[in-house]
Amino acid sequence: MSELLEVDNLSKRFGGFVALDNISLTVPAGERLGLIGPNGSGKSTLVNCICGTLRNEQGSVRFDGKPIDGMPAHKRTHLGLARSFQLPRPFTSLSLVDNVRIPRLYTVAARGMHRTAEEIDDHCHGLLREVGLEAKARHLPRDLTQVEMRKLELARAMAAEPKLLIADEAMAGLTHSEIGDILALLVRLNERGVTVILIEHIMSAVMSFSRRLVVLVSGRMIADGKPDEVMRNPEVEKAYLG
Amino acid sequence: MIFSFDLLINAVVSGILIGGFYAAMASGVSLSFGILDIVNIAHPAFIILGSYAAYTFNHAFGFDPILVSIVMLPAFYILGAGIYQIYYVAFEKRGQESLRGLAFFFGLLFITEVALVLYFGVDYRDVEAWYIGPTWHLGDVDVPLRIAVPCMVSLLLIAALQLLLGRTFIGRAIMAVAQDQLALRLMAVNPIRIKRIAFAISIATASLAGAFLIIIQPVEPSVGRDYIGRIFAICVLGGMGSLPGTVIASMLIGVVESLTSTFYGPSWAPAVSFGFLLLTLAVRPAGLLGR
Amino acid sequence: MRTLPFLVISLVIAGLVFAAALAIGNEYIFFAGYVVLQYIVLSTAWNILGGYCGYVNFGTGAFFALGAYSTVAIYNFIGKNELPHVIPMPVLMLVGGVVSGIVGFGMGYLTLRLRGAFFSIATLALAVVLQTLVINWDFVGGSRGAYILRPESVPLLGSYIRYLFLAMLLLAVGSLVIARLIERSRLGYGMTTIRDDELAAEASGVPTLRVKLIATTISGALMGMAGAPFPYYIGYLQPDSTFALDYAINAIAMPLIGGTSTWVGPLIGAVLLDSLQQLITVTISSAVNLLIVGCLLVAFVILAPNGIVGLFRKYFRHKHDDFVGRHRTALDEPGSVPAAGAAPE
Repeated sequence: MSELLEVDNLSKRFGGFVALDNISLTVPAGERLGLIGPNGSGKSTLVNCICGTLRNEQGSVRFDGKPIDGMPAHKRTHLGLARSFQLPRPFTSLSLVDNVRIPRLYTVAARGMHRTAEEIDDHCHGLLREVGLEAKARHLPRDLTQVEMRKLELARAMAAEPKLLIADEAMAGLTHSEIGDILALLVRLNERGVTVILIEHIMSAVMSFSRRLVVLVSGRMIADGKPDEVMRNPEVEKAYLG
Repeated sequence: MIFSFDLLINAVVSGILIGGFYAAMASGVSLSFGILDIVNIAHPAFIILGSYAAYTFNHAFGFDPILVSIVMLPAFYILGAGIYQIYYVAFEKRGQESLRGLAFFFGLLFITEVALVLYFGVDYRDVEAWYIGPTWHLGDVDVPLRIAVPCMVSLLLIAALQLLLGRTFIGRAIMAVAQDQLALRLMAVNPIRIKRIAFAISIATASLAGAFLIIIQPVEPSVGRDYIGRIFAICVLGGMGSLPGTVIASMLIGVVESLTSTFYGPSWAPAVSFGFLLLTLAVRPAGLLGR
Repeated sequence: MRTLPFLVISLVIAGLVFAAALAIGNEYIFFAGYVVLQYIVLSTAWNILGGYCGYVNFGTGAFFALGAYSTVAIYNFIGKNELPHVIPMPVLMLVGGVVSGIVGFGMGYLTLRLRGAFFSIATLALAVVLQTLVINWDFVGGSRGAYILRPESVPLLGSYIRYLFLAMLLLAVGSLVIARLIERSRLGYGMTTIRDDELAAEASGVPTLRVKLIATTISGALMGMAGAPFPYYIGYLQPDSTFALDYAINAIAMPLIGGTSTWVGPLIGAVLLDSLQQLITVTISSAVNLLIVGCLLVAFVILAPNGIVGLFRKYFRHKHDDFVGRHRTALDEPGSVPAAGAAPE
């Protein structure tokens, strides 16, 4: 299995505050990686640095064998790196189907694929169907519930046909069955070949989904391995139980 | 152009003094833009309003313009509170500050300016006071009191503001609201009320700044437009909300403008502050003493 | 409707407008109409960056003036009386457009990495810097201003003002077609995402910087093209009034009052607001005119944020076809598509 994502000694500071301290991580293609850690440990910062939303001062990131340091976020998306935002950020002026259409339109062109408008439209409706939002395809995001916005967030990330999808706390505040829906969706994606990094606080979801677990505490990676082993790690216990 | 040390010193001193006055003008925007993130480009119009208020009472009763502006502080405060309330309900609440909020203030700029034109006409107005006219001569250096007095009062104003922000509860709440509104709410402080107070204070400073302006130069309604860029340049250069930074930036711009004007001619001076602004935005958007 | 039929229909309407103006027989119609058309171009141009992308440009006056001063520069270079015979208006417009387009690109490159508010302030700064440069450049008259001699007449059309009117009419049609084309294309969608949430747009694969640069360049170029004939219209060009903030407020007020989400908005805003302004200037005073603009702007921005187009859509809820091949989903304003349980605006 080739390494899809390689993060090498990545550090990020905000003024005097060290948000990430020498993070090194490799993710092989097809992996189901769980990323956990207490609030403020730097999980979202790490995602932002990997995806290009933030620029890291030190370290490097390689995706699919290519170094992507300094590459703007949209180019990384074209390469196959997609993420959903922790707090959903839909395009409020556009309908759901148009929200999902945007990444499709831009990545299709960037990858030199040729699709007619009808094909793209079908694909978008299909994506909405998969997350259970097809009935509201022509609605605006403001008509959605919190849960539905999360699903839209995921659908939009999926629309770019990513090789790696980073789901940032997509399940916060959901009911048990809703969590199950999202998990099932992510598993389906993974079975289709998409590598998934799941960032979550809901331990049951993380444990059932992840084949590998990484723990971040105060900007440092303190554990990386099989979920059961990691949870038995005394440092991890300390971080979570104090 | 003869380079004379005399000329240089006077240009620098003059620049510093004017800079002190610029600081008063920019302090309001330091509050509204630097701390509250509200792009009030109508601020110069309120300054001009202050100038005309000072003019009216000075012309009619002979009161000292600076005293008039201090008496007018409550009126400007109320005006500021009212404007913020409209701004909040119409824009901030709906999340439309960027385009429509900006347009709102732009509209206010014009409305204020034209209202003044309609009421006072386009003639230049000025005020009279005992310090307008005399000049101190300290060796080779000329210090026109007309500029020195506003400069000193302006620095007092800034010091007062700094004390307010640093030492009082309201002041610290204002600094806090810029950073974490939720935390404020949890402390049973209404962030909207705090922001309203802050914005009202920023408009109140315009009253004083207006008096300073009309002491330093004759004023007509569209004079405010020249200051829009200067004020925001100072705010950005000074680090967006840092009052000491505002003072330093003001004096820096004042000196450079003064030198440019003295040695290259006044027609190049407007470009100075704006050029500075562009440079700052390009190179160090956080300003000199940025947060 | 595809672009080509739209273009044809627009040209036909333009032709009718011109014919009607000729039929009225009063030369004043051309003078007044020219200004309306000019504002149609300016507000359409502004809206491409402001309404579609959400980036407010206060420097409309500067781009307009650049176009005007390009013409002056060429005029002074070639020699006063030779110009109209040597270089026709469309070419002058093109030059003005190119100059302003390049400056627009440059400005964009310098400032578009900045947050929205900083960008707007930077546009103000740039406008003043440009104005200062022009005032100090004696070749184009400097602060004294520049005189342009307008030729007496033009073959076929009659008076020169008719020629200017026609040129501006065609430019107006062109700018509307361009705006509409952008709006319905992938570029327009990209602009909408930038306006809604630039961070998410970038993460979704939209090349935000490139899109914004295209917007600033086209916007600046159109404004410059609108400015190119101006010296001939006005006869005496004065830097202070040409670079004035008055152009900025009109270019902002017209789209905001008309409606920023579509090409129709600036058109409506320009026609209504400029006609109103001309009426007021003639009947009351030009100062009151600006007061009215300011008040209307503030009123609309508070009460009818989606402009006249938005009001129209609210009362006559339209349903447009999907983007597939033809029209875009016209869902720019909340509430324009009936949704279960949605509260009205």
